[in-house]
Formats: sequence, structure tokens, C-alpha cells
Amino acid sequence: MNYIALKMLMGDRGKYLGIVMGLTFASLIMTQQPAIFVGLMMRSYSFITDVGLPDIWVMDPKVQFIDDVKPMQDMELYRVRGIEGVEWAMPLYKGLIKARLANGNFQTCNVIGLDDATLIGGPPQMLEGRLEDLRRSDAVIIDKAGAVEKLGVPGPDGKPIPLKVGDTLELNDRRAIVVGIAKTTRTFQSQPVVYTTYTRAMMYAPRERKLLSFILVKAKPGEDPKAVTERIRRSTDLAAYTQAEFQKLTYDYFMENTGIPINFGISVTLGFIVGAAIAGQTFYSFTMENLRQFGVLKAMGTSNWTLLRMILLQATLVGIIGYGLGVGLTSLFGWAMRNTILAFKFPWELLVFSGVGVTLICIFAALISIRKVIALEPAVVFKG
Amino acid sequence: MAELAVHCRGLIKTYDTGDQKVVALRGVNLDIHTGKLMMLVGPSGCGKTTLISVIAGILDQDEGICRVFGEDLLHLKQKDRLRFRAQNIGFVFQAYNLLPTLTAVENASIPLIINGMKRQEATRRAGDMLERVGLGQRLSSLPAQLSGGQQQRVAIARALVHNPRLIVCDEPTSALDHETGHHVMELLKAIALDDRKALVIVTHDARIFEFADGIARMDDGHITKLEDRQIEHHAAKETMDA
Repeated sequence: MNYIALKMLMGDRGKYLGIVMGLTFASLIMTQQPAIFVGLMMRSYSFITDVGLPDIWVMDPKVQFIDDVKPMQDMELYRVRGIEGVEWAMPLYKGLIKARLANGNFQTCNVIGLDDATLIGGPPQMLEGRLEDLRRSDAVIIDKAGAVEKLGVPGPDGKPIPLKVGDTLELNDRRAIVVGIAKTTRTFQSQPVVYTTYTRAMMYAPRERKLLSFILVKAKPGEDPKAVTERIRRSTDLAAYTQAEFQKLTYDYFMENTGIPINFGISVTLGFIVGAAIAGQTFYSFTMENLRQFGVLKAMGTSNWTLLRMILLQATLVGIIGYGLGVGLTSLFGWAMRNTILAFKFPWELLVFSGVGVTLICIFAALISIRKVIALEPAVVFKG
Repeated sequence: MAELAVHCRGLIKTYDTGDQKVVALRGVNLDIHTGKLMMLVGPSGCGKTTLISVIAGILDQDEGICRVFGEDLLHLKQKDRLRFRAQNIGFVFQAYNLLPTLTAVENASIPLIINGMKRQEATRRAGDMLERVGLGQRLSSLPAQLSGGQQQRVAIARALVHNPRLIVCDEPTSALDHETGHHVMELLKAIALDDRKALVIVTHDARIFEFADGIARMDDGHITKLEDRQIEHHAAKETMDA
């Protein structure tokens, strides 16, 4: 009977495609929108991920997320270094500084000052130049996206000419020479990222009494980073988080304090409702059109259980195809957008999420149809 | 030796349409023996379709007894009733009721598949049956690609493929022209009827009365007249011989 069920379904091409399209749409919306959402939210803590090496981030207790810099005094670095279990502790400056481009335009940049000796906290991948080149006079390393898009100077044809190694720009009226181009993960605010040494960053930064943004800490081998974190908190009254904790703090801040989750939530819910409506309605009307055929099968001795299995099989098939197409389109979308500014991250959890959504739609569509078929009087077949 | 295929006594069936009750059968008595083609005739709304629905076990009577090959379908468990219907009853409908997305051979194989036969074997046997009804060349045709007469022959093949003992037909010729209708009846009588099978046909079509062994004339939920056409044929033959 399974074969008959499938032929009934696929024989009516229009309806079949309608149901599959509805489910594809639902699956697409339920994966594509959350994938953008996840990508966007991951950008909120991408800088923490990029820094990578330290186990622990130490900061002012009032800091709420990575871009919420509340500077500390430099002496805090030495206090942290003195705590048991700390292998090393390095300063990190992070601040927004205006860059003056060659054509006179200004662009706000995210300036990162790395420990002069170790350069810990540098970019994850160098595309041109070397990280050590930062030790040269006035040296800065620019992230690729920033060099190409925001810091590029419009050429004669109007297209921006990317900043390249050897070019100069001004940071707070001081000369900076580009010695390298790095690949970094885009941040939430998408400002160009400018890496330099901590000492030089102090010169670029506007004068303030306190300038130390974060202290990056590595726990000694064999030490539990969580225990060291706790020790730092107790000993210094500063906030200390493991990398994962700091990522979560940042993520939670954006979730709770921005309208992003609710906006994406509305899109996903609408996608689910519209998909359910299209697929459910088309599946129901498909069943209604085949009601007489189901009546014939019933009259000929097919049980309600078998008919129910047939409908479930039909719903399962369209569900799998619709889900597959939707997920495939989302993947294709992600692939096509891989080199653009669009945030996109497609973790396996989204596959499960949309799979559950499509399953619910199919169950809903099958249920409203099954009800009609179960209640169908087989004697209907004798009505002309 | 003819066996009692259908035995109905005092059948009453009422439809509740909400604001009024319509009595479709008012105490119908009817016996149909194997080897016989019984026609139920009468005006629209007289209860013919209700009667074959009860006989076929797809509608429950309110009162009375209806036994098919000795089985009281009303009192069978749902599962047993379905199995009985699947194994013993073949259906031919006025509107053919072929599944439009299935080919002729797939349509004809449905009763065998319902009875649990493997698809390959069912298809082979359905193909043989379609050969018998003269559609051996159209096995892969969809119903929409067949004429009305051909579709009805597929429906007949479907009704007979599982070798049921009772075949119920609802207006099998009403959608066909006279000649095609005649062919369909000849075919039905030739391959559907033998000593262990009975055929019940509901019809308005007086042109096919000549094929009946018995005619039950119905009106207003009653059988008003029961004609034994075989006795009449026999009497007519004797008169002619004399």
C-alpha cells in the first residue's frame, strides 16, 4: 500500500510540488534566518575567539560585554601576575580611535594594543607581512576587510583602492605605517581592526588616567582555569572570566539588550506559520481531492490503520524532501554569501531545530487529513 | 449446486439528515444464490444503493439480518469484516473510481495488495486479468488515457482479480453507450459468474435487463416485485418449441 500512497501523492504533480514548496519555504526560513542570527551573535564575541591563546580575561567588574571597555590602572596587571596559578598575564588595549585616511576622510577604527614583548592577542592569521613587524617604528597591522572596504581610498574610477603594506594613515594625528594585512573574524560593529603594540596604542589613544582594557591570563599547566579565575576575582576584586564565560557574557548582553533576538524570532515564527499554512492547506486539499479514492480503498477492505500509515508516509516523504531542499537552499545561500559582509553560521543544532519544525508542520498537515479519512464512510463510493 | 450467497430479512435503514429522517429500506427481504445475476432496479431514491451498500458490508442496517455466504457482517468485528470484504467482495462503481495516478495494471492489482500479496505477483495477476477483459495492450495506461468502456473494463478486472464470491456493481453501464454497455455486461456475465459466485447489479438501464437471472424491483424502500428471469426464459422457450 506504500507504493499506492506514493503514486497517489506524486501523480498529482501540482499539489505535490505545492506541498513540497511550502515545506521547503518553511525549512528555508527556519534555517536561513536563525543561521544569520547565530552568525550575527557569534560576531558579538568574535574578537574573544580570535585572541584565542589566553585562558582567562580579567577586566573591570562593570564590563558587560567585549566592546564595553572600562579601563583599569596598569598596576592591576602586576597584581594579577602575582596570583598563584598564573603562568603569564599580558596587557591588552582595546579602544575606538579615529583614523584619518589619505583622502582626508575619517574612519573610526578598533585599535588593539598588544604586549610589546610577546605580541599576545594578535590576529589569528596573517595574510601579508609578519606579526613581528609590529616592532618596527609606527607599525600597524590592518584586518583585510577593513583594508579593502572602510580604509580604502576611492580611486579615479570611484572604486576604493585597498590599503596595502607600506601605506600610511593617521591615528589621532600620529603616523601609522601598514606593515601587514591580517584575516580576522568580522566583529559585530564591523569597524576596521588595527593591531599595534601596547606602548604605541597608548600614544594613539586619547589621554586618560587609566588605559588598560583587559588583562589576558594563561593558567599554569595543570591548573584549572576556573579555579585560577576564582582566585583572581577574590584577590583583586576585578572581574575574571574564562574565554567561554566571557563569550557567554557578551552573547547574553546582546540577547538581553538588543532587539535582534525578537526580530529574528518573529521572522522564524512567521516562516513556520506560513510554511505550516501552505503545506497544511495544500496537503489537506490533496487529501480532500483524493477522499473518494480513499473511500474506494476503504470499501475494498483497507483498514483505517493502513490509510493512516499511507497518509503519514505521504507526509513524511514531502517533509523529508521539503526539509532537504530548504536546508540545501540555506547552505547554498551561506556558500554564496561566504565572502560578503553577511553574518552566517549554520551549526548542526539548526538542522535539528528546523527538522523539528518541519516535522511539526507535517504532523499538523497529516492530522487534519487523517481525521477526514478516518471519519469517511466507505458507502460514499456508491454516490455518483 | 447453487448456494445461498445473500440472505436478507427485514432490513430497515434510516438516514438522519438533521431536521428529518429518511427511511431508505423498509423491511427488505431478498435471497441471492450463487451462479445468478440479480439486478436491483427502481426509481432514484428507492433504496437500491443503500441495499447493495448493506449487502457489501460498507453500511450498517438499523434492523434486520443480512448474511453474505452465511456471515452476518453487522456482527463481525471491524477487522474481520474488513478482511471478509477484502477477500469475498468485488466492487464495480458507476464512476469507475479508478485511482487516476495509477496505471491500469496498478489499479487492477489493488485488491490483491490489500489482501497482502506482494506487488510483483499482484501486478502479474492483474495483468492476466486485464488480458481477460481485453486490455492486455493497455496495462501501462493511466485511466485518463482510456475510454469510458476501457475504464469500466479495468474496474471489472479490479473487481474480479482476487476471485471474490460476491460482485456488487453500481450502475456499471450508465456512463456507457448502448453497444459498449452491452459488451461490458457480456464480459461481466462471462467471466464474473460461475457456480460459486453471485453478481448483484444496481441499474436504471433497461437495455441490460436481458442479462439478469433475477430482477428485484424496488420502490420506496421495499422490493415490490421479484422476477425470476430464468423461469420466464424457460417458459418462453417451451412455448416457442411447442
